[in-house]
Amino acid sequence: MILVFVETDASGATEVSREAVTFARTLSAAGGGVPIDAVLVGPSAADLPGVVQSLGSHGVRRVHHVTGDAFGAYSGAAWASAVQGVRATAASVVVMAAGTPRGMEVLAHLAARAGVAMAANVTSFGGLSPFTVTRQVVGGAALEEMQLDQRPAVFTVAGHAVEAAPADQPVDAELVESSPEVSADDLRARVVSSDPAPPDEAGGLKSARVVVGAGRGAGSSEGFADLVELTDLLGGSLGVSRVVTSLGWRPHHEQVGQTGVRISPELYIPCGISGAIQHWAGCSSAKTILAINTDAEAPMVTKASYAVIGDLHEVVPAINAEIRRRRGA
Amino acid sequence: MGASVLVCVKRVVDSSGEVVLTEDAQAVDGRFAGFTTSAHEECAVELAIQAAASTEGSAAVLTIGEAEAVEQLRTALALGCTSATHVVADSSRLGPADVAREIAAVVRDHAATGESHDLVLLGNDAADSGDFQVGIRLAYELGWPVVNGVSTLAVEGDEVVASGEGPDGRETYRVSLPAVVTVLEGGVEPRYPGVPGRLKAKKILIEERELAAEPAGPKRVRLLLPPAQPSDVQILGTGAEAAPAVVDLLETLGVLAR
Ligand SMILES: Cc1cc2nc3c(=O)[nH]c(=O)nc-3n(C[C@H](O)[C@H](O)[C@H](O)COP(=O)(O)OP(=O)(O)OC[C@H]3O[C@@H](n4cnc5c(N)ncnc54)[C@H](O)[C@@H]3O)c2cc1C
Repeated sequence: MILVFVETDASGATEVSREAVTFARTLSAAGGGVPIDAVLVGPSAADLPGVVQSLGSHGVRRVHHVTGDAFGAYSGAAWASAVQGVRATAASVVVMAAGTPRGMEVLAHLAARAGVAMAANVTSFGGLSPFTVTRQVVGGAALEEMQLDQRPAVFTVAGHAVEAAPADQPVDAELVESSPEVSADDLRARVVSSDPAPPDEAGGLKSARVVVGAGRGAGSSEGFADLVELTDLLGGSLGVSRVVTSLGWRPHHEQVGQTGVRISPELYIPCGISGAIQHWAGCSSAKTILAINTDAEAPMVTKASYAVIGDLHEVVPAINAEIRRRRGA
Repeated sequence: MGASVLVCVKRVVDSSGEVVLTEDAQAVDGRFAGFTTSAHEECAVELAIQAAASTEGSAAVLTIGEAEAVEQLRTALALGCTSATHVVADSSRLGPADVAREIAAVVRDHAATGESHDLVLLGNDAADSGDFQVGIRLAYELGWPVVNGVSTLAVEGDEVVASGEGPDGRETYRVSLPAVVTVLEGGVEPRYPGVPGRLKAKKILIEERELAAEPAGPKRVRLLLPPAQPSDVQILGTGAEAAPAVVDLLETLGVLAR
């Protein structure tokens, strides 16, 4: 059996978890129709019957829901113990999750306990014997073919490696509830308090429809005035490159990229950003990219759908003026 | 007594430019790109130095890798770490389980000689291999608790209080020492080494070790480069003259709300 660790938010099973389940169907087919189970740990803000039905439509046969006092507050070790429990009773040969911080952490605990390898950020599956996967390394600048010859094969799926899609044959998924015991050792490191992020921080950037990006080309902390004005005119959020945060021009919570926020706006307007792979890792899900750069050969320009070649300190004020003009202000 | 913090760093290829593979496709070729310390670990070093300073304790640094990785150790020493250990090894032979086992061996040997580390800090994941598991595997080797992906921490008595971004906001952990904590970039500004620090660092004797056990290795078949995407960018114009075309596009995309 293939076991997928699934995360939920208020809307149900998260998109990246449904991507992981979609990926699992590839393995299932290669194995001649191996059943897919899902495991959810802890209280969920989502409507549970809705989650079960949606996972069924994605091809999941059984949804194991693990709850109890031990799983109220997050603990990587306790959650891994819950997943391990389900795996043992259902004899899964593969355990997988979306490559989110939680997915990575829970599966790394599981792999360490089981004494098997784990592959992080898998993008494709190569074959069953030997069991081979391809995964992103160097922040996505290179790929690694890796063998997972121990059982269970443990891996996480890179975000957007596949598109979440319902199965051709939906399943009437069964819900299985359990509340296993957890050892005191597994509860030594657990969340003691959780404060919702201030709305002006990462949250806004993550969900913005338009993001105006700024990199080294902004030139200095004073060089952001026109970029901030464009952001305001478009009702969007400002996102920056790592150079900008390292130089202290803008705060880290505005950083887009591998070690910053991952954005997926309708439109991303990177200004004076070269498009290094680590930055690209955070913005590649943008629907449309309009790059503004002095260098027509910059990777950000060649990867964009649209570009303006020029100095952002000339181009951006002209765009702002044109927007104001058309608005009659 | 002050906290004894051990921070682990990894020498990685600076991949901000073009990435080139070695001929045998087993590694990224760093000859042209240069090398650096993993980004998360620069922050881990800063947190280690701060934790040591605030408790009047000490920060030691450890790396496992090629002879040249001594450069990463010297940098950490110049910043304020006061001792360093170098497990000299061909890093391409090591998988995450090997690295965790080697760090654990150092922690145990240091304890046997009277230097019991209270806190081991690592990067959440290395910039090159991106394995996301060395800290967790180390915690199992040592039988210690582990907190992952935090960006701030403070040692308070015999506990470490650490916090990072969770799915619903800022999460805080309070864990008894000894413990393992893995760090994500963003909570602190790493300091730069000054000249006096560099001079002092040169004089510190670095403990050199060999691998404690034969590595089981990564399960790597080979590395490949992602296929190059053909560019189909549409150039809207050059300089300020492009503004009307840009605003037309904004209107077409429907992002120019009034
Ligand atoms: C482990 C690791 C993690 C990383 N994580 C991230 C991350 O999360 N996010 C991130 O962004 N980076 C990250 N980086 C850094 C990344 O590799 C690049 O160094 C960084 O993205 C470059 O920022 P930049 O494009 O602003 O600057 P540069 O690479 O210096 O590019 C500046 C660009 O601006 C253009 N330009 C200059 N002046 C002007 C002007 N007046 N008008 C218009 N264009 C102009 C230039 O042509 C150039 O294309 C990471 C690196 C590592 C090693």
